[in-house]
Amino acid sequence: MLRIENLEKRYQTGDHALKNVTLEVPKGQVMALIGPSGAGKSTLIRCVNRLVEPTSGRIFLGDLELAHLGTTELRRARTRMGMIFQEYALVERLSVMENVLSGRLGYVGFWRSFLRKFPQSDIDEAFNLLARVGLDHMADKRADALSGGQRQRVGICRALIQNPDLLLVDEPTASLDPKTSRQIMRLICELCEERQLAAIINIHDVLLAQMFARRIVGLQHGSIVYDGPPNKLSPEVLTQIYGEEDWEATIEAVKDLDEDEVELISDLAPVIAKPGSVS
Amino acid sequence: MIQPDTLRVWKRPPFIKNPILRWGLWVGVAIYLALAFGTMEIDWIRAGEGLTRGKRFIMAFFPPDFLSRWDSIQEGIMESLWMTITSTVIGIILSVPVGLGAARNLAYRPVYLFCRGILAVSRTFPEIILAIFFVKLFGFGPFAGFLALSVGTIGFYGKLLAEDIESMDPVQAEAVKSVGAGWLQWLNYAVQPQVMPRMIGLGIYRLDINFRESAVVGIVGGGGIGATLLTSFDRYEFDSAAAILLVIIGIVMAMEYSSGYIRRWVQ
Repeated sequence: MLRIENLEKRYQTGDHALKNVTLEVPKGQVMALIGPSGAGKSTLIRCVNRLVEPTSGRIFLGDLELAHLGTTELRRARTRMGMIFQEYALVERLSVMENVLSGRLGYVGFWRSFLRKFPQSDIDEAFNLLARVGLDHMADKRADALSGGQRQRVGICRALIQNPDLLLVDEPTASLDPKTSRQIMRLICELCEERQLAAIINIHDVLLAQMFARRIVGLQHGSIVYDGPPNKLSPEVLTQIYGEEDWEATIEAVKDLDEDEVELISDLAPVIAKPGSVS
Repeated sequence: MIQPDTLRVWKRPPFIKNPILRWGLWVGVAIYLALAFGTMEIDWIRAGEGLTRGKRFIMAFFPPDFLSRWDSIQEGIMESLWMTITSTVIGIILSVPVGLGAARNLAYRPVYLFCRGILAVSRTFPEIILAIFFVKLFGFGPFAGFLALSVGTIGFYGKLLAEDIESMDPVQAEAVKSVGAGWLQWLNYAVQPQVMPRMIGLGIYRLDINFRESAVVGIVGGGGIGATLLTSFDRYEFDSAAAILLVIIGIVMAMEYSSGYIRRWVQ
């Protein structure tokens, strides 16, 4: 679904953020991108939807080459890529519903969006998605009245209502508590599974990445240093990505979790479906 | 526990490191102030005379006479309110494109410089200078006052709008861009909600300013209540002038209260 070839990014400040990155994410795959701060994770996903302009290289979404699109084609291409942000990035003074519907802006004309007269199908879909994450009763609340976990779920709805082929997820759990983090990660992975979406998830938390992603890519100083399944992440690999540290504890914790995980999912799954019970 | 051999003293590092420069600046400021106050000529006898004249002046204000000039007061107030409202509305409408262009994070460099230029020019001249200029161009009357206040509003509102846009949260703006929104949609969904409450507050504040300025521009021929006020001073009708001042104070206070209320409501 997504193919990145020889991607380079050099900022005007001289930072060489991405060095010859080549990567392919097939349909339906959730890939976690790990690496230390400043490794280029954010830059990588922002190059894909061109919030950051790549210096060179090619990016294919299906058959469409993204790196050299003009303004109008880029707008159209962006509707196919949903993005979920670290600090949720909801427009705080708009209502929950307006935030979700803003995911349709690429599909409706200016006057329709200005008058908030979205097609009925969009409104139905918005309510469906909000119900899916348990927030349909909050539709007319202002976004800044929600808790962190609720905001992130609205952010997920905004990305999904675009009906995207690809999800770009930037540190979705960095501002959330451990329990909410797992719920959000589980929700994202479930939705990707249901809709057969490819996803790149930037994530700091190695444990969470190993729990939820089927493939892990490690980025260090702008280069890919690991690409493989979560259970092959050895202390040596983690040292290569993050630097010297005692990684045994992390690895052990994940092994324990793997056994408990089945139980954990069944514990928490009904909570997600129930409206308003998670904050 | 390890005992240090000597006590370690700590002092806040001075803002200006060089002691000669630091003390030199203080001495320089002291000398200048001493000279400045020393050369101020105060004639206490004249000041005393001024005070008694002031007393007579104030006594002449009482009792304020609302009745004998009521028609012209009413006319002046209506003209001032007309000037205030039209100039605020037109000024704000015209300042929106200028303000958008003058926001560094929105506009291309040449557009930015051009719009900043417009703002700088319209902010250089106070309303009274603009009013003198427009009275020379278009003759006496409220139209000149309206133009002066409109131009003043563009400078004021455009600059504050541009600054508010520049300090908006870029992540929210980025998020709306990432869904494939067009530029106008992006303004409407990402920028407008972020700047709107403050801009409504500032719009009401500017209405307030424009009313007060409408009294000033009248004095140089821009029409409105200022013209009425000047006439009554010229005719030594201080009791009518007092009535006009009281009406102005009343209206400004009413605006003050309602603007505070509205600003709380829109937040």
